[in-house]
Amino acid sequence: MRDVLLNDRACAAAPALDHLDWLEAEAIHILREVAGQCANPVLLFSGGKDSICLLRLAEKAFRPGKFPFPLLHVDTGHNYPEVTAFRDRRAAELGERLIVRSVEDSMARGTVVLKSPNESRNKHQSVTLLEAIAEFAFDACIGGARRDEEKARAKERVFSFRDDFGQWDPKNQRPELWNLYNARIHPGENIRAFPISNWTELDVWQYIAREQLELPSIYFAHTRPVVRRSGTLVPVTPLTPPRDGEVVEDIPVRFRTVGDITCTAPVASSADTVEKIIAETAVTTITERGATRLDDQSSEASMEQRKKEGYF
Amino acid sequence: MSAREPLPEVQLEDNGLLRFLTCGSVDDGKSTLIGRLLYDSKSILADALATLERTSKKRGLEAVDLSLLTDGLQAEREQGITIDVAYRYFSTGARKYIIADAPGHEQYTRNMVTAASTADLAIILVDARKGVLMQTRRHSYIAHLVGIPHLVVAVNKMDLVDYSQEFFDRIRQDYLRFAVTLGIRDVRFIPISALAGDMVVERGNRLPWYKGPTLMELLETSPPAHYEAPGRFRFPVQYVCRPRTAEHSDYRGYMGRIESGEIAIGDEVLVLPSGRKTRVRDIRLLDRSLPQAGSGRSVTLLLEDEVDISRGDMIVKVDDPPRVAKQAEAVVCWLAEAPLEPGRKYVVRHTARETRALVAAIEYRQDINELKRVAGGRLEMNDIGSVTFKLAQPLFVDPYRENRTTGAFILIDEATNNTVGAGMIV
Repeated sequence: MRDVLLNDRACAAAPALDHLDWLEAEAIHILREVAGQCANPVLLFSGGKDSICLLRLAEKAFRPGKFPFPLLHVDTGHNYPEVTAFRDRRAAELGERLIVRSVEDSMARGTVVLKSPNESRNKHQSVTLLEAIAEFAFDACIGGARRDEEKARAKERVFSFRDDFGQWDPKNQRPELWNLYNARIHPGENIRAFPISNWTELDVWQYIAREQLELPSIYFAHTRPVVRRSGTLVPVTPLTPPRDGEVVEDIPVRFRTVGDITCTAPVASSADTVEKIIAETAVTTITERGATRLDDQSSEASMEQRKKEGYF
Repeated sequence: MSAREPLPEVQLEDNGLLRFLTCGSVDDGKSTLIGRLLYDSKSILADALATLERTSKKRGLEAVDLSLLTDGLQAEREQGITIDVAYRYFSTGARKYIIADAPGHEQYTRNMVTAASTADLAIILVDARKGVLMQTRRHSYIAHLVGIPHLVVAVNKMDLVDYSQEFFDRIRQDYLRFAVTLGIRDVRFIPISALAGDMVVERGNRLPWYKGPTLMELLETSPPAHYEAPGRFRFPVQYVCRPRTAEHSDYRGYMGRIESGEIAIGDEVLVLPSGRKTRVRDIRLLDRSLPQAGSGRSVTLLLEDEVDISRGDMIVKVDDPPRVAKQAEAVVCWLAEAPLEPGRKYVVRHTARETRALVAAIEYRQDINELKRVAGGRLEMNDIGSVTFKLAQPLFVDPYRENRTTGAFILIDEATNNTVGAGMIV
């Protein structure tokens, strides 16, 4: 069968790309297009594994030069200290400028109003992000979102157009053909660029292993007090205390995503190395967001809704 | 989920990446086929399956409807249709797959051209009861036009024709008859039942007369992405790196992706548009120096001589340069509500280069149902036609048939900034 499909001109001398090479080359191409087409882009860096991959890709795209964009983190004020410490250290190691804007500042300004003090601040990040975009006049935000994460992301463009209000209109996206990206916008509008659109969770872990990338410690198995709540492990923290009747257990867990403490749950795991995590990820039976993002479970369409409101 | 066996082992050998496109409507079982590929390759995870079971029940279905897996947006679920191209991912352990799933109804041409532009293989679904339809011809025409190297005709719903070889053979002959007229050469035929699972991932035992590969076997052995961009070295410069630091005071790195061909240190190169010749001093990927690099790789080239090069320029090999075009004839697929008319001007984006284009003439419009050419006029949304452009600045082009990157461009409306057309250079 191979004989039928292969034609003689296909036998090139340079080594064939494996799937990570291909994904890496595509992501670097996308980053360079952002730098080439946009006047004032920014890279969203949270200290999470996807944005850690973005930083390595940016090194491959632009070194020995400096990145043609600063890094931005929209801090909910409810992040795990291990992650924010890692964020600051990584930015310093790279010698790149890190801008932190906090949801708490938006609350102080009155642009974010919480319904209850311990409410998840995850969705409120949109407001703070849009305020930061306006403050610095960013014309493009580079993010680590992946199409495999969630249904509403499966139709997201690599260069996703947002209007003056940061809104994503799924019915009015620009056609995206070949590797030709259109970042032209009017003042006030914004492009969200997603270099790892085509990566899956497993690809990310394989890339972390191949590139030997350092991660915040909470990605690896550690013992943590948790309670079991409707099929999910909820970490016990001052922000997320146990409810009446819940039993607190100390068990080995790791985080598959890291975000706001109030909406990010760990999974039971003893995987304490990247290799063990890859082995677990390859045979996992639960999607990343389904397992660990308490905010996405409320409605089948909740991500779509948030993206329309300016979420990245 | 509980009825399914766990994965036998974690196997992560790497046989590259394949991008494929599925063409057909819901009626052809396209969504069921994608669901089947994901399900049988164990790429559907438990919570996605649970959502699927809930939705199937809500809609009064007895068995899990695999087609619901490809339902994307809330707006689409409410209307029971798909609006836009969706991308799906699965991995067999040996190879990673990206499926471009284009909807089958209105705006079909626009969506299919978009999905096809990045595909290495197309699966064209034919309903075994209905045979080769106008839609089959339209899909095949577009897949061929957009240069997808491998076509697979999956004759689906074999369960509804008693797995009859007669039906399959007749469809095969009908298809080959018109495929020849389009110039399609590499086409394979597989009888399948996406619903029952025959010949998709598992062979099943109801098609003993078929001796060829299953659909999955075909996908696993088809040449991977970027494997078939041969010969001519094309390196569009996306970005120029000049750090001007003490350590790198004279560094000039030309950054881009090798779109076709390959390059080695020491090779003589030609820079367009300046026409200057020099040699490759180094090929960098972060801290690594590559002695040679092939198509698909994003690298940084260092050259022996100081040459003035900026974004949008192209580095090529001396002996086989592209055409430097101030005028271009192209087959255009029109994507926008407002029609394409002679005399209009657009921004054209080609590789990393941007210039302006004037529509000089529309030679013909292609009737993709009857597969014949209609004279001139204008191109409405979803129309495909041949257009001649005058260009404000030259582009460095190859015929699309020979190079899917340097032969392709998009048109952008200057007023709205929308992408309005997709062009393939003749």
